[in-house]
Amino acid sequence: MSMRHRYRHPGLNLTDTPDEHLAKNETTIFGFWVFLMSDLIFFGLMFAIYITSIGATAGGPRPHELFDFTSLAIQTVLLLTSSLTVGFASLVLKFDAKSGNLIVWLLVTLLLGLGFLFFEIRDFIEIAAKGGVPSRSGYLSAFYGLVLLHGLHVAMGCLWLVVIMIQIQVFGLINVVTTRLIRFALFWHFLDLIWIGIFSVVFFGGLHFG
Amino acid sequence: MDNKTKYQRDLRFYLTGFILSLALTGMAFWAALGTTLSSGKIMAVVGVLGIVQLVVQLRYFLHINARKQKREDFDLILFSTLVLLIIVLGTVWIMGNLSIRMHTV
Repeated sequence: MSMRHRYRHPGLNLTDTPDEHLAKNETTIFGFWVFLMSDLIFFGLMFAIYITSIGATAGGPRPHELFDFTSLAIQTVLLLTSSLTVGFASLVLKFDAKSGNLIVWLLVTLLLGLGFLFFEIRDFIEIAAKGGVPSRSGYLSAFYGLVLLHGLHVAMGCLWLVVIMIQIQVFGLINVVTTRLIRFALFWHFLDLIWIGIFSVVFFGGLHFG
Repeated sequence: MDNKTKYQRDLRFYLTGFILSLALTGMAFWAALGTTLSSGKIMAVVGVLGIVQLVVQLRYFLHINARKQKREDFDLILFSTLVLLIIVLGTVWIMGNLSIRMHTV
C-alpha cells in the first residue's frame, strides 16, 4: 500500500491494513466528517452573530461585569483533558481492545464532560443572577445562543457516550460499535476545537471589545 | 514495527498535542487577563494563539495531515473552511460597515 493511502479516513484509523470492514467504514466516517463540517458552518453563523452584536448591550450588563475567568479556565482544562482521555480510549481500542481500560477511559471522559457542564451551568446561573438573561439585550441573546449551543453539544455527547458504553457491555466490540466510538471521538475533539473559538472570541473578545 | 512501538508512538502523539494545547491556552489566558497592552493588540495575540491551537488539535487529535490524507477528505475540510470564512468575515464586514454608517457606535 502506498504512503498516500495509509490513512484511510480522516481521524485515527484502527488499522493500517485493509480488512473486510474498511471500505464501508471509510464511507461511514467520511459521512460523519460531512456532518461535522456542516455543524462547523452552523457554529460559524453563531460566531458571526455574536461578533456583530458585541456592542448591543442596550444598557444591560456588559461582558466584563458577567464573566468568571477562573471558572472559564477550569472549564477549558476539563474539556481539553477530556479530549486527551478520549484519545487514550481510541488507542486502547486500537491496540488493546480486550483489556478493561477502554471503559475506564470512557468513564473518565464522561466525568470530565459532566464536570465541564457543571461549571458552565453554574456560570449561567450566576450570570442570570446579575441580570444577564437572554431577553435583556441582543448581545446576551447572542451570547446564550452560541455558548448554550456548544453546551448542548457536550450534553448530547455525554448521552451518546453513555449509550455507547451500554452497547459495549451488551454487544461487545463488534464493528458497528467500534465505528460509533471512532465517530464519537471525532465529535468530542471537534467540540474542543469549537471551545477554542468560544474562549478566544466570546470571552476574551467580549472582555476587550464589549 | 511491533505493536508496542506503534502504541508508544501514537501515545506520544496525543500527549504532544495535549501539552502544546495546554501551553497555548495558558499563553492566551495570560495575554488576555495578565497584560496591559491595548485591546487590539491583545486580541491579535489571542487570535494567533487560537489559530495555532486549532492547527495543533487538527494535527495531533484529529490526525489531519495534508500529505498522508486522501485528497477528497482534505478538500472537504478546506472547502468548509472557505465557506466558514466567507460567512463570518462577510457578516462582520457588512454589519460592521452598516453600523459605522448608521452612527450606532
